[in-house]
Amino acid sequence: MPDKKKEVIDCLRDTGFFKPKKIYDAGKVIIGIIILLAIVLFPFFYNMGKAAKVPEPKIDTPVIQKLPEKERVCIEPKEYMRENHMRLLDDWRDQVVRFGNRDYKGYTKKYTISLQNTCLECHSNYDNFCDECHKYTGIKPYCWNCHIDKPKEWAEGKLKEEN
Amino acid sequence: MDINRREFLKITGASTIVGLLGGWKAVELLAPGELEAKYLPKTEALTAKRWAMVVDNKKMDEKTAKKCIEICHRIHNVPDIGDPKREIKWIWLEPFENAFPGQRQEHTAERLNGKPLIVLCNHCDNPPCVRVCPTKATWKREDGIVMMDQHRCIGCRFCMAACPFGSRSFNWGDPRPFIKKKNPEYPTREKGVVEKCDFCAERLAKGLIPACVEVSNGALVFGDLADPKSDVRKTLRTHYSIRRKPHLGTNPQVYYIV
Repeated sequence: MPDKKKEVIDCLRDTGFFKPKKIYDAGKVIIGIIILLAIVLFPFFYNMGKAAKVPEPKIDTPVIQKLPEKERVCIEPKEYMRENHMRLLDDWRDQVVRFGNRDYKGYTKKYTISLQNTCLECHSNYDNFCDECHKYTGIKPYCWNCHIDKPKEWAEGKLKEEN
Repeated sequence: MDINRREFLKITGASTIVGLLGGWKAVELLAPGELEAKYLPKTEALTAKRWAMVVDNKKMDEKTAKKCIEICHRIHNVPDIGDPKREIKWIWLEPFENAFPGQRQEHTAERLNGKPLIVLCNHCDNPPCVRVCPTKATWKREDGIVMMDQHRCIGCRFCMAACPFGSRSFNWGDPRPFIKKKNPEYPTREKGVVEKCDFCAERLAKGLIPACVEVSNGALVFGDLADPKSDVRKTLRTHYSIRRKPHLGTNPQVYYIV
């Protein structure tokens, strides 16, 4: 068996398999690799130690503050809403537009299905509630292309039109 | 393969049990789930088998018509762009001979000839816009309303080409900067979607009649065409009415008393 192995190695040696290879223009290539690595790794070094602020959505809006402590609940439990509000809103959309079902039985009471009128009535702080997490996770929901994120200010003409 | 009576009975018994379990699962699967139980229509919603409208042009003057248009465009955040090439309209005025091509005679009544007539989506019973929509963003509801789902509209404008009444408008740009009177309770549209009248579906759901009908002082009549006692049926029974381009076979459901 060792003979066989030696034979193979010899054969490989003959074909130049173990000969050290030469990099053509080694200097330029290595500089290129270093520049590439620098560019690729730049964001990591640049942002090192600068963790983005963990979002803290606020629920201290006037409408919520006015509610008695016991009734300060969302339409579904907080944990469910955190994970599933986007799916729920998708269901809401289809139920209202396609099937005309505009009432939703929440876990404590019945609600009118409306992003703009029901959700935003309590959560009137779009910047500190919705946007807080969406910005952190880099999500740009297109709900707000049509639905108005700050209805009151919008109606009063206080919002700058982006165009 | 040999099988004796005893083994046959064993296999039969076992399969029956498995079958029953499967059957029970099927019952559970088909039973109304959480989703159906959570969503309900509003109890105060107005419902019908076939919504329809009658425009009594004898009662409709230009001032009332303008009021109808104003309220509709205000509550639905319809922009006023000013450029006729980009205009958005849900309900608007059209000269009689344009609304009813071929109906004009040399001596047509003076109150009709060249005079504006209020027009809107006809909520056709055989809507060509629905046939051509590739995404089912527009469809005919059970109650006859030709509805739009802006979420699904891809802006191909086939529906606009299909509609013989010009009832649909396309948002060539973001409409928001052009909305003068704003209703914070209704969404706007975005660039690249088609929009039109939907017989105030959002108001019907709350038990209210369409806004234009409400302010029309009886010049617009709205109701269920399938109900012989409804206002539309009563009006149609006692008056001669015409519809826009009925020969095209779209079966429009807005009737005109001229």
